[in-house]
Amino acid sequence: MASNKKYWKSEAELNPNDSIVEALKQNEFIEDIPVDEFLGDKEVLESSSTNRRDFLKYVGFSTAAASLAACEGPVVKSIPYVVAPENIVPGVANYYATTIANGFDFASILIKTREGRPIKVENNKEAKVAGGANARVQASVLSLYDSTRLQGPMANNEPVEWSVIDNAVKAKLGSGKKVVFLTQTYASPSTSRMMKDLKTMYPNVSHVVYDPISEEAALSAFENRYGERALADYNFENAEIIVSFGADFLGDWQGGGYDSGYSKGRVPKNGKMSRHVQFESNMSLTGANADKRVPLTPQFQKIALAYLYAKLSGGSSVGEIPSNAKTVLDGLVGQIRNNKEGTVVVSGIDNLEVQTVVLAINEMLNSKAFDSKAPRYSRQGNIEELRQLISDMKSGKVDALVIDGVDPMYSLPNADDFKEGIDKVGLSVVSTTNWNETAALANYTVAANHYLESWGDVQIKKGHYSLMQPTIRELFDTRQIQTSILKWMSSSLSYYEYIKETWNTSILNGSDFNKAIQDGVFVSDGKEMLLNADESADSVTAMPTTVEENDSDDAVVESKEAASELLVSTAVRNLASSRSESGMELVLYSKVGMGDGQQANNPWLQEFPDPITRVSWGNYVTVSKADAESLGFENWNVANGGMNGSVARLTVNGTVVENVPVIVQPGQAKGSIGLSFGYGKKEGIKSEMQTGVNAFRLYDGFNNIQDVKVEKMNGEYEFACVQLHKTMMGRGDIIKETTLEIFNTKNHAEWNHVPQVSLDHQEVPATSVSLWDDFDRSIGHHFNMSIDLNACTGCGACVIACHAENNVPVVGKEEVRKSRDMHWLRIDRYYSSEDSFEADNSKKNNFEGLSGDNGSLGGFGELEDPAANPQVAFQPVMCQHCNHAPCETVCPVAATSHGRQGQNQMAYNRCVGTRYCANNCPYKVRRFNWFLYNNNDEFDFHMNNDLGKMVVNPDVNVRSRGVIEKCSMCIQKTQKTILDAKRDGRVIKDGEFQTACSSACNNGAIVFGDINDSDSEIVKLKEDDRMYHLLEHVGTKPNVFYQVKVRNTTEA
Amino acid sequence: MKKVTYRYHISKVLVFSLAILLLSSFSLVAQGDAGKGKALFNQNCAACHALGRKMTGPALANVETRLSENEGLDREWLYKWIKNSPGMIKSGDSYANKIYAEYNQAAMTAFPTLSNEDIDNILAYTAAAPAPVVAEVAAVSGVADDSKSSGVSNEIVLGALALIFALLVFMLVSVKKTLRRVLVANSVDIESEYPAGLPVWKAFAKNQFLVLVTVILLLLGSAYFAYGWMMQVGVDQGYEPIQPIHYSHRIHAGDNKIECKYCHSSARKSKHSGIPSLNVCMNCHKSIYEVAPSTLAEGKQYGIDYNEEIDKLYAAVGWDEEEQKYTGESEPVKWIRIHNLPDFAYFNHSQHVEVGQIECQTCHGPVEEMEIMYQYSPLTMGWCVNCHRETKVKTEGNAYYTKIHEELSKKYGVESLTAAQMGGLECGKCHY
Repeated sequence: MASNKKYWKSEAELNPNDSIVEALKQNEFIEDIPVDEFLGDKEVLESSSTNRRDFLKYVGFSTAAASLAACEGPVVKSIPYVVAPENIVPGVANYYATTIANGFDFASILIKTREGRPIKVENNKEAKVAGGANARVQASVLSLYDSTRLQGPMANNEPVEWSVIDNAVKAKLGSGKKVVFLTQTYASPSTSRMMKDLKTMYPNVSHVVYDPISEEAALSAFENRYGERALADYNFENAEIIVSFGADFLGDWQGGGYDSGYSKGRVPKNGKMSRHVQFESNMSLTGANADKRVPLTPQFQKIALAYLYAKLSGGSSVGEIPSNAKTVLDGLVGQIRNNKEGTVVVSGIDNLEVQTVVLAINEMLNSKAFDSKAPRYSRQGNIEELRQLISDMKSGKVDALVIDGVDPMYSLPNADDFKEGIDKVGLSVVSTTNWNETAALANYTVAANHYLESWGDVQIKKGHYSLMQPTIRELFDTRQIQTSILKWMSSSLSYYEYIKETWNTSILNGSDFNKAIQDGVFVSDGKEMLLNADESADSVTAMPTTVEENDSDDAVVESKEAASELLVSTAVRNLASSRSESGMELVLYSKVGMGDGQQANNPWLQEFPDPITRVSWGNYVTVSKADAESLGFENWNVANGGMNGSVARLTVNGTVVENVPVIVQPGQAKGSIGLSFGYGKKEGIKSEMQTGVNAFRLYDGFNNIQDVKVEKMNGEYEFACVQLHKTMMGRGDIIKETTLEIFNTKNHAEWNHVPQVSLDHQEVPATSVSLWDDFDRSIGHHFNMSIDLNACTGCGACVIACHAENNVPVVGKEEVRKSRDMHWLRIDRYYSSEDSFEADNSKKNNFEGLSGDNGSLGGFGELEDPAANPQVAFQPVMCQHCNHAPCETVCPVAATSHGRQGQNQMAYNRCVGTRYCANNCPYKVRRFNWFLYNNNDEFDFHMNNDLGKMVVNPDVNVRSRGVIEKCSMCIQKTQKTILDAKRDGRVIKDGEFQTACSSACNNGAIVFGDINDSDSEIVKLKEDDRMYHLLEHVGTKPNVFYQVKVRNTTEA
Repeated sequence: MKKVTYRYHISKVLVFSLAILLLSSFSLVAQGDAGKGKALFNQNCAACHALGRKMTGPALANVETRLSENEGLDREWLYKWIKNSPGMIKSGDSYANKIYAEYNQAAMTAFPTLSNEDIDNILAYTAAAPAPVVAEVAAVSGVADDSKSSGVSNEIVLGALALIFALLVFMLVSVKKTLRRVLVANSVDIESEYPAGLPVWKAFAKNQFLVLVTVILLLLGSAYFAYGWMMQVGVDQGYEPIQPIHYSHRIHAGDNKIECKYCHSSARKSKHSGIPSLNVCMNCHKSIYEVAPSTLAEGKQYGIDYNEEIDKLYAAVGWDEEEQKYTGESEPVKWIRIHNLPDFAYFNHSQHVEVGQIECQTCHGPVEEMEIMYQYSPLTMGWCVNCHRETKVKTEGNAYYTKIHEELSKKYGVESLTAAQMGGLECGKCHY
């Protein structure tokens, strides 16, 4: 059950002879100070002209010089406003509601600004749809202060006047020749209207929307079935059975943002929680959270989907699927039949037939979680139009091309065709925030606004509108594309006025525009004029005709339905006969940390460890253990704790990508490999950030599944992988988990066992014994934090939020590799073999015969090979704020001490850097500043340039070299809450206390509060049966506690 | 000590005599009481009018003469205008409309409550030149003179004393020499007090105990001074930099009794007390374009012409005094920050000012007496901590404190709690 499972973080740990893993378990700091390197080398020492006396002289002189220099204090200037803005009080934060819509991420958010500088992204709790900021959105505020941003319009690498570009474009618009706008998905009612206006004014204009990571199949399938080019919406909160065929819906599947609903259904309530079965090839975030994960290559996923459809619709199925998948599917079919409406089926395979069948199944089941009436508009790309554009460009038909928000030269698989085409275009204008591959080819570059400097509006889901407002004036001489278009149309309106006009005439229906801006979101009552992307102009006209048909002629409807039935059955038949040609399938995916690579120049995201592999600074190909063995790939750990790996050559349809690092990924389906988008950018980004390989080159036909040839290359790659760092392995119950059945039927003492210790030769609960005197914690506030392992999906938004709130430095790839990453909050990822030891035992006892399904030959192999399909658990770990903190007792200078409110406090100015505390911390949460990470020429991240420093939170100290730092439980935020209450003379309500991580967690996994407030949620959570502390037997009495992970393993 | 010289005296006498001359010549012309008029003027008119210069409205010195000479308007017109200027404008009076247009269509407030007599008094005041305050100035400078002379005499006395002592030493030495010479001449043996060949320092050096004690004392002494010296490193108590604009807290907070938080308003809600933005200065200084002569004279003691300082403000904020409007060309003032806490210490003004209701002067000293602002408190951690130990928390009437105060005071057995007892000594409360 809970305690007898074997957990492991890295495959290397499964090898008992790996001395490095053993060493890493024992040592907090991987490397000793290199004294031997220096003193041990006798020759160097002797040949050195500096003797001991000289050394002392230098030291003495420099000390004296330093103290002399320090005698004169610096003169600090304070420059107040000449005319202070009414709503800015220096030292007090302002919050503005806005929306990110960069073509990949769509979310309604709040922006915290200090003295006019946006410094942090918060979730917009008013938003019913997409109100959560993922890791990339959290980090987007730093991209505003990217020092490589374009600072003004350019022509052929030279600065140019705006009027030059305006005149050039206007001339082309008026010429009557073909002018094409190639843009990202805006999903913006106002931009759609503007495009329509532009087309009316200049009929020679056309608009092509392009998504770098395409959802073409899902969009087309939806369009075929419902007549509108959009994506079906899902609410996983309503789903009791979730079946996913390769859909990473906790990641970026179909625009993402589904994790909050999913998590709500995952917390057992009244003995019930959703059951999630995932068939997938890559180990995705979603698969890692599944109750049952079946590793299956895409071709078998397709067959499995066909099988499921056939079973559910009562038809017969063709096609062979592996027996383990078949067993799971058969069990599922039984469960689904009992709960049709509570089931939802999703798929992430870019295949029209797959997406058609998925829609058909959800409709057939009448799923509660499936919404086709109010679909999402967060992807609008049209591959057909894009292909047409490129061929038109190549044949010289396009006279002018305006590109906004996309970088086709980087993200197109056929970038060479595009290059050939753009050379034949008369005028090419690229609107972009950063210099990029496409800008390098264009005639003119329009420096674009960051979204935090822009006006805008978005309709993420039908009827759910969001507004984007600038939170800072343009930092540079930049212009957003809509402003440019208005200029080109010779309109006197600003884009703000244009948006206001659009909203007042067709969206608000009498509601107040200023109120909508203040809230950031507006939900219409459905009476408004349809205004989504301009493609829907066709669908708008198409829709009423369908309605008319419905009204007038039932026979037509029937025939249409019959036609769609036919379509589905053909699709199913085709799917059932899916075959992979070369035998190895490549599945391209996007990482939560990088997405489509728009923010590749963002050091927070580069340093963000992938939730699954825990690798930062780069992408890699994931290979199953079995394939790795046959192809000769290896991962190994070296003495400094870093991981190295082989490199591979990938060939897809003649396109070769070389030097791809290889990660042996537990759970990767044999016969498949995975590679993530977003890396391998070269133009316009700092050399440190030019990491990884460009997977878009292999994105042949905009299909995320490709037949691939994999070969081993000579050489090795050094990963910046943190999975073995700060390990707590071998220290007892770190993760506790149980099954829903046991959770519902047994006493919590059984599945949430409190460790026992011996007191006077009596076994007593470890929590009842203490070496220390307890503090009196009953008066005032006492903060606790609850982390629900069921609700946590491992998305990492909290990690970036913590980074932003607490001025955590970025250290760079080399330092991360040396275990010197500074994340205050890390999300540990643990693998465990499918079953408990008990289950392993029973499996062994049930072997029948030598071969066959229950044969001992294969069976023992499975038992010995836990890496084939491990279960995964995510565990966010920050300072546990122990009431009996081991770190406090060993600090020789009392730099770390205990607060009455439960916080373990760290006085940086007192710390002398002995690192005893870090050594004595059982949770390995203390971080040491090996270097001065700001104002240091050795590092080139945001804290080393004036622009990047604008993101720094002025309420939190920027630490210097040689001190330990760690999670403070966001004491600056709790103190602020207390002060506000004191000033208003009121009692603090539950929910007011927040930390950066708890407010960033949209899934409700992290809850923070005051346990002396008896009505608070945290008190209920603390008394919950699922509550446990990390390493309870150590007796540290932490103020952070966890909720036991429950898996719904109900098979039938 | 501020030095004051005599160089202004001649000009002061000149101004005085000139003023008397003017006063006598004009007081004959005007009817009405200029003294009462002055009070009425300051009460009703001074917000928008000055005597010698344009403000929101025109300059009013000799307004009656000016109007009758240039425009042919009599006192009756003035009565009507002052009592009901909007009505005059509406009625289409040509000069009324002209002046209305000239001053950005800012209509003058109607003063129906002023009687004709009041207006006569005001006009009498406008016709008279401002009465100088020479007597007062003279008195002030007299005081300054006294202190000056006493300073000089001190130095002389000290110098004389030093001279006398030097003479004394010289005389004694020469007396001794002479006596010796006499003894030698009389061939008397001079007995040495000490045994020959062993000087005092050698005897001292031989006594190990004495050496040890001396060394220890020396070490302790130097450690004491070294510690004292080291502890004042980075402590800028008394730091009094010269600011780009000579701003006198003495005048604003002291003489004029302006509430601290009128200008430093963010101290109420922010961690920063905030240096007021220039638009706050202009709330008053739009109409206060020069200081009273008495204040100006005070400034002379510090070598400061306050009116020039006001001009600096106008230059910074971009205020065109002649045209009475903003030019839009502003230049932020680069004040020199006096109170600098290190980055690792968090201090919140609103916590102390608003919640703790602590007077600004508790930490900033007698600001209302400071001509030049200086750092009054050491701003060291020991100083903070002491205050937290001693200061009682203001819990009355604050619902936040009700529960915690009840429980904590019971626990500690005290009536009222100090900041320290509330947890105000924890490291993490100020260092994060």
